[in-house]
Amino acid sequence: MSVNPELVGRDFPPTAPYLVGREKVREFARAVFATDPQHTDPAAAQRLGYTDVVAPPTFAMVIQDLTLQQLLSEPDSGIALERTVHAEQRFRYTRPIVAGDELTARLRVTGVRPFGKGAMVTSEAEITDAGGSHVVTAVSVLLIGGEE
Amino acid sequence: MSSSTNADESAAGIEVGTVVAERTVQLTRESLVRYAGASGDFNPIHYRDDVAERVGLPGVLAHGMLTMGLAVETIVEWLGDSGRILEYGVRFTRPVVVDADSGAALTVVAKVGAVDEATLRVDLTVSHGETVVLGKAQVRVRAGA
Repeated sequence: MSVNPELVGRDFPPTAPYLVGREKVREFARAVFATDPQHTDPAAAQRLGYTDVVAPPTFAMVIQDLTLQQLLSEPDSGIALERTVHAEQRFRYTRPIVAGDELTARLRVTGVRPFGKGAMVTSEAEITDAGGSHVVTAVSVLLIGGEE
Repeated sequence: MSSSTNADESAAGIEVGTVVAERTVQLTRESLVRYAGASGDFNPIHYRDDVAERVGLPGVLAHGMLTMGLAVETIVEWLGDSGRILEYGVRFTRPVVVDADSGAALTVVAKVGAVDEATLRVDLTVSHGETVVLGKAQVRVRAGA
């Protein structure tokens, strides 16, 4: 099965709210070699005006990944994980993610283009907080290889 | 234009071409396992040699998102507040093979690529040996502190 072009414009439900924990931010910060104290020390984050530790910029991927799981589990998507390569990634921020945020993501597939034997799939996850305000939009370009 | 300001300088006086931060990060297999756990990306090509070989890869690879994540962290101390980051994008152009014994050293150089009144563009060059592994790794940040 090749990638279904009708994924573009399909409505996906918002993901279940993800509560950002302080220890999760610290764990992620350590994993990406983020040494600045704003990521680990609440007092340092508060001096910058935040209520709690600030997640590293690419932490948004953890939330976006919930939407990519939705995409992969669509029965008619034609997207197989083992033939998928992450080609591009982009984040557009209104504000950084902070511990205590309760975040929801909504997926939109914005493009399916033929690429060799496979397809290039562009998807956007709009991530909002508990008040419904925009936090960050995560854009992924996935290359889905064609079947041999 | 009557202004005498150098076109390559922002109000903050930061010139295009200035290196604002750089560092080298030594990745090991432990780094990959740690990132897998922290991110939830447990694709076995990032920790199992047999799986990497079976799918035709040159070896166990670092997660692209680990490379992207550690690259941007290089500039956070210089920025002061990571909330100044407005946009960050990369292309994953070359894989980073992390050897079981020797690991992989990634060098990040962050250079001002463009300035205007309100924003700066910081270009990140991430290299593994002689190979540049990310394409168009650019961070748009709010000018000033």
